[in-house]
Amino acid sequence: MTSTLLSLAIIFTQLSLLAFGGGNTILPEMQRQVVDVHHWMTAETFSSLFALGQAAPGPNLMVVTLVGWHVAGWMGVLVTTLAKFGPSSIVTIIALFTWERFKDKPWRRLVQVAIMPITAGLFLASAVVITQASVHTWVLGGITAICAWLAVTTRIHPLWLLAAGSLVGLSGIGQG
Amino acid sequence: MPSTPLDTDADPAWQTVTPSVRDLFTGFLMLGLTAFGGALPLAHRMVVDRHRWLTNAEFTDLLGLCQFLPGGNIINLSVAIGMKFHGLRGAVSALLGLIAAPSLIVIALGTVYDIYRDDPHIRHLFAGLAAAAAGLLISMAIRITLPLRQRKPLIAVAALCFVGVAFLRWPLLPTMLVLTPLSILITWRFKL
Repeated sequence: MTSTLLSLAIIFTQLSLLAFGGGNTILPEMQRQVVDVHHWMTAETFSSLFALGQAAPGPNLMVVTLVGWHVAGWMGVLVTTLAKFGPSSIVTIIALFTWERFKDKPWRRLVQVAIMPITAGLFLASAVVITQASVHTWVLGGITAICAWLAVTTRIHPLWLLAAGSLVGLSGIGQG
Repeated sequence: MPSTPLDTDADPAWQTVTPSVRDLFTGFLMLGLTAFGGALPLAHRMVVDRHRWLTNAEFTDLLGLCQFLPGGNIINLSVAIGMKFHGLRGAVSALLGLIAAPSLIVIALGTVYDIYRDDPHIRHLFAGLAAAAAGLLISMAIRITLPLRQRKPLIAVAALCFVGVAFLRWPLLPTMLVLTPLSILITWRFKL
């Protein structure tokens, strides 16, 4: 148990400090650690937990809390929450004191532009990793494609798309 | 609710209000409860329009810092705003307020999932939910990738990162340690 909690702490501290460009960029690494390295759950369960996190209100990536819960109960929640939100918050606090000095430096803009393609690559990878684990029938693939298309081309609220996808899923059509 | 002038600093009638530690907690608690699918626009509405804790310019400046640093933008923003008004106590209150309700809600949802995961209806429902969530993730990836069209050389970095992480399952830390300097070099050489 202690070693599990320690592993959770190490994994999420690292993810916390590497999450440049917002939460979703660390999704593939989180899945790799939780599914491939530690075998705490299947890729499919991970995708379900990710989806639950998206359906709940609040910041992105509430899947972090759920992974802790699933792996080690309340202690797991406490450890993953502290490890995920603590280190990046400490960096923020430290940076606040130096921001005035570095915000107008040319290298700040350079780094910010240079991070963009990495963020994009990681977002695309997240989409592939989660889609691979979530879509195993034609109907589910259809839900994914239609939601993606509607979310890009319209301003429909994401919660409606999640609700519609769940209802189509509930009907059981095409899921055997 | 009065509409906010675009340049809050130029409007003499517009004055910021200093929140108490309790205000920070309850403000971010409400934000956590009401923010579905992207909290950023709601955060602006709460912090600038409703509570007037910051001017537009101050909000944009803090957000710039938060986007530059690792961690979720809203998470960092809550820490930065709490810190600005009440130091460490403020930062902890704002962050706790933001994540308290969503944490309890996802745990409740997770418990339901664990109990009923073998029920075929619930399994189908969650399969549909996960498929829809995957679709939303694809749409976000597209929106974030499209602006790279203006900076063509960086598309190579994005492609390398994508293939490496998605298909070759590269670990994140070494990937970033190699690709970040490479990307900085390309950005600098091509004056992007």
